[in-house]
Amino acid sequence: MTDVLRLTGALSLKMLAVFGRAFLLLLQMLRHIGVLATRFPLFVQQLFVIGVLTLPIILVAAVFVGMVLGLQGYNTLVDYGAESSLGLLVALSLTRELGPVLGALLFAGRAGAALTAEIGLMKSTEQLAGMEMMAVDPVYRILAPRFFAGIVALPLLVALFNVVGIYGGHLVGVDMLGVNASAYWSGMQQGVSFYDDVINGVVKSMVFGFVISWIAVFQGYDARPTPDGVSRATTMTVVASSLLVLGLDFVLTSLMF
Amino acid sequence: MHKPIVEIAVGLFVVAGLAALLFQSIRVGSFNGDSVDDPYTVHAYFDNIGGLKVRAPVTMAGVNIGRIRSIKLDSDTYRAAVELSISGDYSNLPLDTSAAINTQGLLGEQYIALEPGGDPAFLKDGDRIRLTQSAIVLENMIGQFLFGGKGE
Repeated sequence: MTDVLRLTGALSLKMLAVFGRAFLLLLQMLRHIGVLATRFPLFVQQLFVIGVLTLPIILVAAVFVGMVLGLQGYNTLVDYGAESSLGLLVALSLTRELGPVLGALLFAGRAGAALTAEIGLMKSTEQLAGMEMMAVDPVYRILAPRFFAGIVALPLLVALFNVVGIYGGHLVGVDMLGVNASAYWSGMQQGVSFYDDVINGVVKSMVFGFVISWIAVFQGYDARPTPDGVSRATTMTVVASSLLVLGLDFVLTSLMF
Repeated sequence: MHKPIVEIAVGLFVVAGLAALLFQSIRVGSFNGDSVDDPYTVHAYFDNIGGLKVRAPVTMAGVNIGRIRSIKLDSDTYRAAVELSISGDYSNLPLDTSAAINTQGLLGEQYIALEPGGDPAFLKDGDRIRLTQSAIVLENMIGQFLFGGKGE
């Protein structure tokens, strides 16, 4: 009995310690926001690695998501003779939910995992320790640019995801199934409001970018410096950020809409 | 580290992302309408426009030929003043064309259907469509049906 209690207690303390370290790292990174100005090329380099290299998977996924939405939406709406609302359905579901959430999940799998593995390997090969020896703060030089690049990259990726998805829906709905093209666009314009839907989608994706980058950077920095430790940290990044994105999405949706 | 190709790619990425946001605000969100080529404007007054909205399509024989530019209440006659913006490709509509507010499907959005008349003169920019038919308000029809049924 005492063993069980002791185990529970030890586990809780360990988790609390992890949260504490994560918050301390976040504060350190936020303090180094100046890196954006002083070391701008570093930030651009990370924006390339995190943002541009994630583009292909985001765009391909968006086309197919849009096409599926177009097809499913059409089949459902045509029974009620309301296929002119197809554009509205596609655009609203993309800007509000699917764009930010699917974009974030793909981003966690593609960019988050890469971030964790990279930083974890740097730690296990003692590159981070070497930097500290040379009086270079790894949080400033390595972590902060990646963290801020993640926050900037995801909203841009999600915006592209939405637009490509809407054209995917257009491809199936208008070009293949014959919905009136102007009904597709005008239904969209009547139903989607810029502030309530588009801006809230951007806010959502910024929150997701923040969460994913934070988890990825922290997991890499906090990984045990062994092959096993890095592999665990990478897994943890994907699992934790995916679950947190889905959970946060519910909270944000109930707050916004 | 500072390869120009990287910076160019990032620049493209950022510009494309911002363009996508702009696209969403203009094309997807309600900022601006689908533009009609070289449009001319005609006016029509309706007793009741039902659920007609700005930017709804204007059709003739089912073909989209324009869209609704604005809807206002005329404070003299207490009728709805609707401005139709019609594509310049269709500048040969007869002067006695009539306009009716129809619904796409049972629950679809409402639009204006134009019915050509026989007048040899054509509608010009700023003209008024005289023959109009109001929207059918479903609730009124149900009410009439119910009361009509009781009377018999």
